Amino acid sequence: MKIVVPVKRVVDYNIKPRVKADNSGVDTQGVKMSMNPFDEIAVEEAVRLREKGAASEVVVVTIGVTEAQPVLRTAMAMGADRAILVQTDAELEPLAVAKLLKVIIDRENPGLVVMGKQAIDDDMNATGQILAARLNWPQGTFASSVTVEDGRITVVREADGGLETVRLALPAVVTTDLRLNEPRYATMPNIMKAKKKPLETIAAETLGVDIAPRLETVKVVEPPVRQAGIKVTGVAELVGKLRDEAKVI
Amino acid sequence: MGVTRDGEQGPNFAPGMILRARQTILTEGVRGSISQRVMKQFDLRQGVDPQTYGLGIKEVWEIPAEKHKPGFVQHSFGWPMDDGTYGGAWLYHFGENLVSYGFVTGLDYSNTWLSPFQEMQRLKAHPEFAKHLEGGRRLIYGARALSEGGFQALPRLSFPGGVLAGDSAGFLNMPKIKGTHTAMKSGMLAGEAIAETLGQEGSSEATSYTERFKSSWLFKELFEARNIRPAFARWGNRLGALYAGIDSVIFRGRAPWTLHFSHTDHEALKPAEKSKPIAYPKPDGALTFDLTSSVFLSGTNHEEDQPIHLKLRDPSKWLPVNWALFRSPESRYCPAGVYEALEEDNTMRLQINAQNCVHCKTCDIKDPTQNIDWCVPEGAGGPNYPVGM
Ligand SMILES: Cc1cc2nc3c(=O)[nH]c(=O)nc-3n(C[C@H](O)[C@H](O)[C@H](O)COP(=O)(O)OP(=O)(O)OC[C@H]3O[C@@H](n4cnc5c(N)ncnc54)[C@H](O)[C@@H]3O)c2cc1C
Ligand code: SF4
Repeated sequence: MKIVVPVKRVVDYNIKPRVKADNSGVDTQGVKMSMNPFDEIAVEEAVRLREKGAASEVVVVTIGVTEAQPVLRTAMAMGADRAILVQTDAELEPLAVAKLLKVIIDRENPGLVVMGKQAIDDDMNATGQILAARLNWPQGTFASSVTVEDGRITVVREADGGLETVRLALPAVVTTDLRLNEPRYATMPNIMKAKKKPLETIAAETLGVDIAPRLETVKVVEPPVRQAGIKVTGVAELVGKLRDEAKVI
Repeated sequence: MGVTRDGEQGPNFAPGMILRARQTILTEGVRGSISQRVMKQFDLRQGVDPQTYGLGIKEVWEIPAEKHKPGFVQHSFGWPMDDGTYGGAWLYHFGENLVSYGFVTGLDYSNTWLSPFQEMQRLKAHPEFAKHLEGGRRLIYGARALSEGGFQALPRLSFPGGVLAGDSAGFLNMPKIKGTHTAMKSGMLAGEAIAETLGQEGSSEATSYTERFKSSWLFKELFEARNIRPAFARWGNRLGALYAGIDSVIFRGRAPWTLHFSHTDHEALKPAEKSKPIAYPKPDGALTFDLTSSVFLSGTNHEEDQPIHLKLRDPSKWLPVNWALFRSPESRYCPAGVYEALEEDNTMRLQINAQNCVHCKTCDIKDPTQNIDWCVPEGAGGPNYPVGM
């Protein structure tokens, strides 16, 4: 079985994102970029499935600018076998990403797609679901554990109220949650090996998909600065302030 | 990688690698941990002045477009520090409404109460700096030591099996605070020398590196700048500046003498009772800031479950020396708030918040008894500065 893992290049999670002065978006100029942490978990899970013998090949795909190639190399250093860059400079929404992924998946014909539940830049939490719908495949989202057996996949989902276990027929789409695994390090020898692994580039416009944006960004602003706290002398004052000033009780 | 806090192998432990090479070029920047050991092992600093350092702390601001004057450059030195403490600042307008503001404190300062971070903050309140930054917002914060010893402090550059290049050797041009062009040039010279050595059977040391350096513009540049920094160390800011003017304008750096550095930076520190306390103003949250919000803007992080990379060679020394004599200078010179002296059960202890470290190496340099050992943390840890920082 082949596993396809879509990955995204995002502003590194250690960086405090900065809104552009004209409020049109987040400034990414010169900012450190890395693989979306949930996608790292997806790569790790796919590689583990291959190591256990449940899969034979792991293919990573990213859609975006040429500068996203290092993210694919990192995924291959973690163990993915080959990579595809669907090259475009356009701003992409989950719908467009899912449509492009579908073309790639139709071509690659995998038995499983493992991807992050959301990207930490736009927090959309939509691409996996849209992709499953467009492929007409079952989906297991927010996975905290995954087992493949007899053409089926068992996914433990981190639902709101607790854990939910679902069993899906393959092929299926699984999206990863934080607790699924702890991704391995890309070690030096593996980084060197990854440089020689195949990386195919496909121009997005050749795939015949309408990726025009459907949403309009009106304004991006930074969260308000937290006001300094005050010390109260006792319970009476606290209750008084909560009632009269904060008006929460 | 993947070693836990207690030194055990964690679940995603990956063993380290031994890389063997015929020639290794050490370019760890200022105060490299491997470079330090190599200099010691091969006695590369014999007969040269001790290396001295400065701590550079920097902020990048975005200011209102109408105030931005691309190419504007301003330098200052002296205030707010006293005459005996070397330090200075820069303020450059660059890019799209960006301003680079930075402050260097000579780490040969003697007053244990001095805080390079607070000095850098309070200079912004000076009208000549404040007028540029007011109405803007701070985007980035960072800090790194720089080598100030220059020509007199350059070690032997080659050793059997390797060479030192860039700031690992100390090629920075101090009066200009510029070290990228010198680092590149030294790397090129090292490369040429190594290529020659690899072509020769049986030779293990790229000795021609030193000769190549001596006949390059790099030598000339560092030689001509050699007396400026030691003049400040010797005579203070006012007379030092006077001397610097005479040395560079009248002698054009070719004065027939060379001034020397007499002591290391850590030896310069005076005990608390011989140092004059400094009252620093409170941050206003608009122009000046506290440490916590600053470190946040360096994007620094370290995997939490790893051994602490700042080690006390002898932990029992902290209380009688660092605390009793110097009142914990590390809690003031560290620009990332890594060190905190905490009171617990009526005694003091040192808390090390290693995750905050921005890898500036000041503690490794300035600890009065050289008791702090900056070790290389797990890969990928450390500050995350954007390009151009
Ligand atoms: C605040 C400040 C402002 C400056 N402004 C200027 C300026 O305007 N113009 C100018 O020309 N110069 C400037 N400099 C000086 C310049 O930055 C340095 O001289 C130059 O970067 C030195 O280059 P380098 O390659 O030797 O070392 P570095 O740039 O310090 O690079 C060393 C690299 O090695 C890595 N490293 C260290 N130890 C290890 C290890 N054991 N294993 C693996 N990796 C390791 C470090 O993480 C780092 O990436 C400034 C310096 C400072 C501190
Ligand atoms: S702990 Fe040492 S190296 Fe790290 S930021 Fe503080 S002074 Fe610099």
